[in-house]
Amino acid sequence: MQINALYKALGLTLGALLVAACSSTGEINEGESETVTEVEEVVTEVEETVEDASTTAVDTSAVSGETLESRMTEAEAALLEQTVFYFDFDQSSIKSSSLAALKAHAAYLAANSSASVVLEGHADERGTVEYNLALGERRGMAVRRFLLANGASASQLEVVSFGEERPVAMGHSESSWSKNRRVEVKY
Amino acid sequence: MVKQWISILMLLMMTGMAQAELVIEVTQGKQSAIPIAVVPFEWQGEGQLPEDISGIIANDLGSSGYFKILPVANMISQPTALEAVTYSDWRNLRQDFVVIGRISIDDSGYAMEFHVLDVHQKVELLRHRVKGKASQLRDIAHYISDYVFEKLTGIPGVFSTRLIYVTTNRERTRFNLNYADADGAREQLVFTSKDPIISPAWAPDGKKVAYVSFESGRSAIYFQELATGKRELVLQMEGSTSAPAFSPDGTRLAFVRSYLGNPDIYVMDLASRKTERLTNHYAIDTEPQWMMDNRHLVFTSSRAGGPQIYQLDVSSKAVKRITYEGSYNARARVTDDGRKLIYVHREGKNFHIASQDLHSGQVHILTTDTDLDESPSVAPNGSMVIYAASEADRSILAAVSVDGDVKFRLPSKYGDVREPAWSPIFKN
Repeated sequence: MQINALYKALGLTLGALLVAACSSTGEINEGESETVTEVEEVVTEVEETVEDASTTAVDTSAVSGETLESRMTEAEAALLEQTVFYFDFDQSSIKSSSLAALKAHAAYLAANSSASVVLEGHADERGTVEYNLALGERRGMAVRRFLLANGASASQLEVVSFGEERPVAMGHSESSWSKNRRVEVKY
Repeated sequence: MVKQWISILMLLMMTGMAQAELVIEVTQGKQSAIPIAVVPFEWQGEGQLPEDISGIIANDLGSSGYFKILPVANMISQPTALEAVTYSDWRNLRQDFVVIGRISIDDSGYAMEFHVLDVHQKVELLRHRVKGKASQLRDIAHYISDYVFEKLTGIPGVFSTRLIYVTTNRERTRFNLNYADADGAREQLVFTSKDPIISPAWAPDGKKVAYVSFESGRSAIYFQELATGKRELVLQMEGSTSAPAFSPDGTRLAFVRSYLGNPDIYVMDLASRKTERLTNHYAIDTEPQWMMDNRHLVFTSSRAGGPQIYQLDVSSKAVKRITYEGSYNARARVTDDGRKLIYVHREGKNFHIASQDLHSGQVHILTTDTDLDESPSVAPNGSMVIYAASEADRSILAAVSVDGDVKFRLPSKYGDVREPAWSPIFKN
């Protein structure tokens, strides 16, 4: 019921705006200021209408709408917080454990066309420097392809490889290596 | 007056640099190492010589693994002139050869005269004189080492050659490209950056180096003249550009360009700066290196799954696989005589330097006592391979002879040392 009230209010607003838009195009010469006033009036009316239902109802409906949105943002944000994705030795295929978070990044990029990311590919210290540079790029490209397939656009994605040159863990065992074979998503 | 000051300044610099960052430690010599005594040379000038010439020569010959050096303390006599030599002294010490010499100074600089004596034949084998300035004392010593080495082994000496290599701090926030004598002495900074520097490579004339720097945020190839420090951004293409390799005739540069995640081998004509794509494969193609015929490249490719070494005909673009043993073979170098391929080979969990005979295909693992070996670079006489290895949590330089008999390390006092590249033999 509360939601209905909100929809009604929105519907009225939209309707008023449409009317206003039509009338403004109709009255090119002199109607400009009038039209604007009209719109404002209608909007005020709408607000009044909503207020008429119940003050409490309007407040809750607004809050509930926001909560719904913020829940999604929270869930997305939790996924978006994961910005480092790991790989197996000499492999550039994305692990299944990375998919949910990468989908969230893709969704965020799809929804925010002005956002862009640098996908930094890295390798562990084992093997050769140039091969690892290529491997880091492969990993970055694998993430790029996944983000593209899930809604991001090419112009938002840049891949840079640092090979084995920028480890995050300095040790010489698998516990360090597994942290270094990674792609970092950097906004 | 000014000249005097400059020479004093240079002397000071030289002595300071004598305490080099890298110091050779021989860990394994040849079983058949030749016993040789390098008697301290007589200094005929005043004061003290800023460099221990005979000490440097003894160190050079000893570090090659081809010679076993008699410690000065064990010498019965220390002759500096032919007339003063008593051959029986050296025969009793079981020496095959003795080097003696004298150093003098006059207005034109330093002069060294030395003799190599054959203990068994009791004859003077060779006599030579070399001159130089105060700043060239180490160069003179290395020249003598090269001369003696070649006369006694038949292999050109590489003691006068240089190394370039990358040093980094532990945090990887500082990268230095360094230049030093082949024995690690007289280190000088070529280029420094907070961003990674990789893949240094020598131009065949030894006057210029190419390297990859990430200073612009992504990899690009730069040239730098060593004498002037003049740098040039040579290749930065969309995607990444890396792995420069000069052709032996100096007319072309092979490199890797990766666009949309697909690294392929390219070549640039250095005169026209025109580039041409040589491989076109969805796999990783990287680490090109020329063979001496200026016509073939060896390179690493993952086209069969893991990395393996392939050979590429630059004209026909025909590709042939060369390595088959093991699941990881990469970063190949070819000896100048075209007989051996040196590369990084994964064996179980470890990475070692391997040598493969290009005719018989026989593979020989050269290193066993170092871990995570990478970046092999072959000395221009084809006798030694310098490479980077992991030791006690650090990256150090180590070297092994192409036959695996001789091993030495160049440990550094701080930070990580990586990506060594051995210079060509400098021709005057």
